[in-house]
Amino acid sequence: MSDTRRTPPTLGVGPDVSTRTSNADARAGVMGEPGVGGRFGRFGGRYVPESLVPACVELESAFRLAWSDPSFHAELDGILHSYGGRPTPVTECARLSAQIGVRLLLKREDLTHTGSHKLNNVVGQALLARRMGKQRLVAETGAGQHGVASATAAALFGMTCTVYMGEVDVERQALNVFRMELLGAEVRPVGSGSRTLKDAVNEALRDWVATVADTHYCLGSVMGPHPYPWMVRELQRVVGDEAREQCRVLLDGKDPDIVVACVGGGSNAAGTFAGFADTDAELVGVEAAGGSAVGNGIPGVLHGMASLLLQDEAGQILEAESISAGLDYPGIGPEHAYLADIGRARYEHAGDDEVLAAFQLLARTEGIIPAFESAHALAWVVREAGRAIPHGSTVLVTLSGRGDKDVAQARELLR
Amino acid sequence: MTEPRAAQRSTGSTGTGEQGAGDITQEMRGVGPTAMGRGHVPPAGRSVGPLERVLRLRRDAGRKLVVPYVTAGVVDGWLDVVRAVVAAGADAVEVGLPFSDPIMDGPTIQQASLVALQRGMTPAMGVAELARADVGVPIVVMTYYNLVFRSGERRFARTLAASGVAGAIVPDLPLEESEGWRAEAGAAGVDDVLLVAPSTPDDRIRRICEACRGFVYGVGVMGVTGERAQLADSARQVARRVRAVTDLPVCVGVGITTPEQAADVCQDADGVVVGSALVRRLLDGGGPDAAAELVAGIREALD
Ligand SMILES: Cc1ncc(COP(=O)(O)O)c(C=O)c1O
Repeated sequence: MSDTRRTPPTLGVGPDVSTRTSNADARAGVMGEPGVGGRFGRFGGRYVPESLVPACVELESAFRLAWSDPSFHAELDGILHSYGGRPTPVTECARLSAQIGVRLLLKREDLTHTGSHKLNNVVGQALLARRMGKQRLVAETGAGQHGVASATAAALFGMTCTVYMGEVDVERQALNVFRMELLGAEVRPVGSGSRTLKDAVNEALRDWVATVADTHYCLGSVMGPHPYPWMVRELQRVVGDEAREQCRVLLDGKDPDIVVACVGGGSNAAGTFAGFADTDAELVGVEAAGGSAVGNGIPGVLHGMASLLLQDEAGQILEAESISAGLDYPGIGPEHAYLADIGRARYEHAGDDEVLAAFQLLARTEGIIPAFESAHALAWVVREAGRAIPHGSTVLVTLSGRGDKDVAQARELLR
Repeated sequence: MTEPRAAQRSTGSTGTGEQGAGDITQEMRGVGPTAMGRGHVPPAGRSVGPLERVLRLRRDAGRKLVVPYVTAGVVDGWLDVVRAVVAAGADAVEVGLPFSDPIMDGPTIQQASLVALQRGMTPAMGVAELARADVGVPIVVMTYYNLVFRSGERRFARTLAASGVAGAIVPDLPLEESEGWRAEAGAAGVDDVLLVAPSTPDDRIRRICEACRGFVYGVGVMGVTGERAQLADSARQVARRVRAVTDLPVCVGVGITTPEQAADVCQDADGVVVGSALVRRLLDGGGPDAAAELVAGIREALD
């Protein structure tokens, strides 16, 4: 990012962000390095059992070292290019744009190897694991995309891989379970709690507590204890950095008016937003209506981080509910909670029915079958075109993944 | 939750709850019968709560410490279980306030937490029931940080203190994140027990022990709570490493299952925390007697 694009700080910016007077205030310095201890305002931190603190400290220094090492970037970029298929294109959606009256561009993470943005993060973490001398990856997965990406990286680097997946998700994403097994990973179904992503994270953490000496926890989103939210965002910022340059070519040097991405933990959104944080583009994250942590969440601490969480009066975590396994999470990455706090991004939600409609709409108008998760971002755009999104606006949506994994479930739902 | 039934308080010979309460009151003032000879006092300038005072006195009198763990609300009359383990020789009791996502716990305590939550247990109820129970030894509440955070650190600390709870263990709140909570707990007179793991470097152990009150919880094995067939080598090692830098009592927990293992680890530790082995007995349908039997066996192995 070049500094010339930054708006200089404005006088009179107080700590009370709700009284901010212009977008420029909220943009200054956003999505840089977090504060001491991995803080994003009042969110973030490192709330892990003592057993895991040294591993988080080690990971943080390994990441800092690697991220300032050109040879690490060269290797990572090389793999993402020759193996992962980067850069992914930005696609103009002519027919759908005409139909909804806004100019719609898609950042095509569905074209990444393994079918989603998850590979960007996983290759980076596998390289770090190798640098730290760790030969085993443990991962959680919801939709299975992060599990598939982790299993893929493990195969590529000759590591072993264990993936925890809630029983509900094992059932609705059966094909991805088989893909992980084909790739040589062991999938362990999780039968506790809501038997979805939240519980898979619990179980992955429990595994890691026991195996941390030779195992790296390959966390799949911008959540968890410091340095994960920051590290995963940095590993995903390639999505936003590429998209920004691509948009400037398409839009005569301009940025899109609105940048939209779906939010489970928030990694594809964070990577996308990182590329546009210092522009005038409006940033919109779309959560599942049944897992809307910004909409309905309350500050709390779970999975190593302070963030917004769905919880009851006493602080017990509530279960999220969504047709999309990847968004079925009662929290959100801490940086998103912070971006919502300071008003730099806003968070909306989409319900199962409109998501299913958007899923079909993109297939029929553009010949692209999106992942259910990504269809949330589209559903919001379709719903709000001509309302929150003025006609004639230019909107970039990150299409985080392809829908192959969801075809069987869609078939059931549409029958 | 039903009221505790006194009739079930049958095990052991150390007497009634009333006597027990008398003991602790005296010990907390530092004049108890176990304060024989050594008269060790904590370093000047440290405020010390009742948990640490009692455990130091007992440890200094040459007694090994037994700290059983019970999940609040896991069975009807769980307070009777608490009383029974005290009668069987517990020096303090760790009471778990169930949380929906207990990441430091293995299957047994996960199951106990789930059962307790399904039975309607809340942190407020658990603490309120403890306030009415007069068990005779210090109670240490163990729970996860979100329950503390949701209630508010100050309110949570004051509620514990007002309910007669002597200490707290919050396993997902490591040293760096716990400053505010430790200040509130200290101000309320609740000892905040910190954990040391086999993976903790020596210089960090020193810093943890400086901030810790009550006793140091040595995590015996890299892993979550649960029964283990063998005592891990790390259990005695962690006790030795903690003892080298502090004179706080050191109790080792996680993976301590049998009286033999307890005796083994207490060659280096001042005491043991026994959780899953006890809770499993309750989940298997055992009552206060089954819990007391386990604790009595451990007591015997350590005396
Ligand atoms: C295609 C796709 N998009 C989005 C997500 C949600 O994750 P995140 O919010 O971290 O991007 C998932 C998670 O499984 C996914 O598979």
